[in-house]
Amino acid sequence: MEADGFVEIRDAKQRYSAGVLKYAQMGYWAPDYVPKDTDVLALFRITPQEGVDAVEAAAAVAGESSTATWTVVWTDRLTACDMYRAKAYRIDPVPNNPGQFFCRVAYDLSLFEEGSVANLAASIIGNVFGFKPLKALRLEDMRFPLAYVKTFSGPPTGIIVERERLDKFGRPLLGATTKPKLGLSGRNYGRVVYEGLKGGLDFMKDDENINSQPFMHWRDRFLFVMEAVARASAASGEVKGHYLNVTAGTMEEMVRRAEFAKELGSLIVMIDLVVGWTAIQSMSHWCRQNDMVLHLHRAGHGTYTRQKNHGVSFRVIAKWLRLCGVDHMHAGTAVGKLEGDPMTVQGYYKVCRDSHTEVDLARGLFFDQDWGALRKVMPVASGGIHAGQMHQLLALFGDDVVLQFGGGTIGHPQGIQAGATANRVALEAMVLARNEGRDIHEEGPDILRDAARWCAPLRAALDTWGDITFNYTPTDTSDFTPTPSVV
Amino acid sequence: MRITQGTFSFLPDLSDEQVARQVDYCLAQGWAMGIETTDDPHPRNTYWEMFGPPMFDVRDAAAVMGELARCRAAFPDQYIRLTAFDASHGVESIVLAFIVNRPAVEPGFRLVRQEAEGRTVRYSIESYAVQARPEGARYAGPDVAPDAAEQ
Amino acid sequence: MRTDDLPPQLAANPFAAALIESGIAELLDGLDRDLVGMAPVKRRIRDIAALLLVDKLRAEHGLAGRAPSLHMCFTGNPGTGKTTVALRMAAILHRLGHVRKGHLVAVTRDDLVGQYIGHTAPRTREVLKKAMGGVLFIDEAYYLYRPENERDYGQEAIEILLQVMENQRDDLVVILAGYKDRMDRFFASNPGMSSRIAHHIDFPDYGVDELARIAGLMLAAMDYRFDEEAARVFIDYLERRRGQPHFANARSVRNALDRARLRHASRLLRDPAAFPDQEWLSTLRAPDLLASRVFAAPALPDAGGEAPC
Repeated sequence: MEADGFVEIRDAKQRYSAGVLKYAQMGYWAPDYVPKDTDVLALFRITPQEGVDAVEAAAAVAGESSTATWTVVWTDRLTACDMYRAKAYRIDPVPNNPGQFFCRVAYDLSLFEEGSVANLAASIIGNVFGFKPLKALRLEDMRFPLAYVKTFSGPPTGIIVERERLDKFGRPLLGATTKPKLGLSGRNYGRVVYEGLKGGLDFMKDDENINSQPFMHWRDRFLFVMEAVARASAASGEVKGHYLNVTAGTMEEMVRRAEFAKELGSLIVMIDLVVGWTAIQSMSHWCRQNDMVLHLHRAGHGTYTRQKNHGVSFRVIAKWLRLCGVDHMHAGTAVGKLEGDPMTVQGYYKVCRDSHTEVDLARGLFFDQDWGALRKVMPVASGGIHAGQMHQLLALFGDDVVLQFGGGTIGHPQGIQAGATANRVALEAMVLARNEGRDIHEEGPDILRDAARWCAPLRAALDTWGDITFNYTPTDTSDFTPTPSVV
Repeated sequence: MRITQGTFSFLPDLSDEQVARQVDYCLAQGWAMGIETTDDPHPRNTYWEMFGPPMFDVRDAAAVMGELARCRAAFPDQYIRLTAFDASHGVESIVLAFIVNRPAVEPGFRLVRQEAEGRTVRYSIESYAVQARPEGARYAGPDVAPDAAEQ
Repeated sequence: MRTDDLPPQLAANPFAAALIESGIAELLDGLDRDLVGMAPVKRRIRDIAALLLVDKLRAEHGLAGRAPSLHMCFTGNPGTGKTTVALRMAAILHRLGHVRKGHLVAVTRDDLVGQYIGHTAPRTREVLKKAMGGVLFIDEAYYLYRPENERDYGQEAIEILLQVMENQRDDLVVILAGYKDRMDRFFASNPGMSSRIAHHIDFPDYGVDELARIAGLMLAAMDYRFDEEAARVFIDYLERRRGQPHFANARSVRNALDRARLRHASRLLRDPAAFPDQEWLSTLRAPDLLASRVFAAPALPDAGGEAPC
C-alpha cells in the first residue's frame, strides 16, 4: 500500500508548517516499524467511509488515539513527538469482508499510567470512535507488554486460592441466580438461597439490578441471605456462598456495603460492570485486603460488544477486567439463551485462565499475551443452561468454570432443592465419566440417563427440559473458521 | 446425615473399581496421590492427617489401592479421602479430592448463632461428633444420635 | 515386519501372525538386532513370548489355567546384558498385556533393607509402590539373605517380596539377577523364593568375537574407529583380559575403549606429525592399546587384587 500521498514527511520545515496534512504523512502510518516488546499493541477492525483509503484510515485511528489533531500544531515540536505518536504498522484485509480491514497500532509504554485501566480505556477508545472518516470501528484485541502487566495487582484471589478457600477441587462450581429477578423481600429471598444451597449448589447469586430497592433494602437482604448460607453449610458440611451485590450510587456506599458483607462472614461479594473501571479497581484492592472473592457481572457489555463491525470486543473487556482484578467474570455459555459463538467464547475463557495466551485466530486471539504471574479469573457461564447440557458444558469449558443454572434450578417441577440436586448429580456423574476416559460429548446423554435412574430429581429435570436448545446464528463469530454448529 | 464434601459426594459411594479408575486418571496426568484421614470433618478443617507422604513416582493404581486398603484397616471409622496434587506451574495445588470412606453414622453439624449488635448474628458450625468425644474416639457406636431431620 | 515378509508356509501360520499383530515380533527382532550374541538368551525369550501368547489364546478359548507366574531369575557375570534384557522384557510383557505400565525399577539390597527396626517394611513398600504396574529388577538379590548377622533386616524384605510375588502377580513382575553360584545358594536357603520363580535364564560370557563386535558398535557410536593393526591387537587384548580377574564383559570393553581414548589424546599432543583432521582425530592405533598393563603382566589368573586396565 505505498503511494506518494502516504509517505511520512521527514523534512521538519515541511512537516510542521501550518495547514492540514494526511495522517499518513504525519508519521502515524509506519509500515517498517517493528513493535517493541514494551509497546502496547491494539488491533482495530476498521470500515472506512466510501472513498477513504484504508492506510489513511488506519493512520487516522493511530493519530486520534494518541497525539494528533485535525491540523498541524507547532507545539508538537516541544516534545519528543516521534515517541508519543502511535504507529499503525500493519493492515490486513478481513477475510470474506470487502471494505473491512484489520489494522495494528503500536503505542509506546510511556503513554500510559501504571496500574490504571481507566487511563488505558481513555487512551485507546476515548477519542477515536466517533471519527467521521470511519463508517465503523471495533477494537478487536490488545497485547500488553509484561512491563505493563506487572504494574497491576490483578485478581485478588484467583482460581487456585478460591478453590482452596472453598475446599472444592476437580469439578466446575455450581451456582444459580435467585429468581424472580425483582420483587422478593429479604426473608423470602433468603428462602430461595437456602433451598438452592441446601440442594447442592455451591453458590447463589444476586442479579445485576438487585442493589437496594424499595421492595428489599440491601441490609435486610444481606442479613437474611447469610442466615440461609450458614444453615445450608451446617446441613451439608460444605463451604457455601452467595454473591452479595454491593453495587451502589457512590464508591463510598459500595465500600460500606462490602464491609457489612465481611462483618456477616460472607466469602464473596459482587459488582456490576456499570460501576466503571475505577470503581472496579478500587473494589479489587479492597477485596484483597479483606480476603474476599470478587465476582463481576458484565452488565451492559452487550451494548458495545455484540456487533462485529463496531464497538469493543468482549475479549478486550475481559483482558481489562483481568488487569483490574476480578475473580469471577461472566464470559458466555455458547449453548444457552444469550449470544455467544462457541469458538469465540472459548477465546474469552483462555483470556481468563491462561498463564500465557497464544495466538489462536480461530478463537479470535490475535496476539501472544504473557500474563506474568497475574492470577487467573474463574469464568462464569450463566444464562439459559440446564442439566441436560452438562456434557456439552463440561466438554467445552473444562473444570475451572462456574456454571449457573438460575431457571434450571428454581423452575424444577419438584422444587428448588430438587433442581439443585439434579444439577449437582448430573455434574458429578459427568466428571466421573470423563475421568474414566469416556467420550462425554458422544455418551453424555447416556451418562445423564444412567444417573437419572437412581436420581429422581435429575429424571424430572431431563423430562422437563431435555429438548430445549437455543440455536440461533451467532452475530459475533470468528473470521478464520466456519462456525461449528451448536449440537 | 451425609457430609457432601469432595468431588463425588452426591453420587453413591464409589466401588473400588471406580476409585481405581479415578486414580489411574490422576496418575496418567502426572499428579501425586495422597491419602488423608480425619474425625473432624468441619468444612474449615483443611489439614486432615496424612496417611504417609504424597505418592510421587508411582505409576500404577495398584500401589495406591494397596495403601488405601491399609488405611481403611487402620481407620475404619474415620473419613478417608484421596487427593491428587498437580505441581505444574500455575497450579501447584490440589486438583481432585474425594471421600472414599465414612463412619457408619454421621451425626452432622449444629449451627451456633451468637446474636451481636442490631440484627447481626455471628454464625459458627459445630460437629456433634467432635463435641461429644475426643479425637480418635468420635465415631464408635450407636449412642451418638443421628440428626433425624437431616436423614 | 508384516505377514507378507514371512516365507509362505509360515505366513499361513495364524500363531506367527498373532505374534506380529501384537507387536511382539517387532520387539523380538529388535532384540536380535541390537544385542550382540546371547543366542541362548534370545531363544529363551522367544520361547517365553510364545508361551505367553499361547496362554492368552487359550484363555480366549476358555481353556483352564490360572495366570502364569512371570517372575524370573537372570544369572551370569557382570556386563553380560542382564539389565538391558530386563528392560526389553518389561516392554514385551507390556505389549502382551501382562504388566499394565511397562516401566522398570532397578534396585539393590540397600534400597529395600533398612538400618534399624521398623525401617525395612516402609522402604520395601516404597520401592514396590513405584514398581507396581511394571517390572522390579533386583540386582545381586542374594545379599538380602545374611543369616550370619542377626541384626540384619533382609529377611523382612524377603517376606514382603514373597507375599507380593504370590498374591499380586497381576500387578508386578520381579526379576532377580546375580552370579549363578551365589544365586543357587540363595535359593537353596530360601525355597519359598525359588518356588515362585518361573523362568531361570543364564547369561553366558561373551566370546572374543562377540566382544570385538560390541567394541565395534561402541566405537561407531562414539565416532571412533580402530585401524587394522589396532583391531588385531584388540583381539589379543581381549583374549588376555578375559582370563584375568574381575572381567565384566561389555563393561570391561567400555573401560578399555575409554582408556584407549585417553592414550590416543596424549599421543596426539606428543606426536610432531599429528594433524587435526578427521582421520587423526578418530582413529585409534595399536600403541593406544599396547600401553595397557594387560600386555605387561603374564597371562595368569591371580588371587584377587585390582582389575587391570
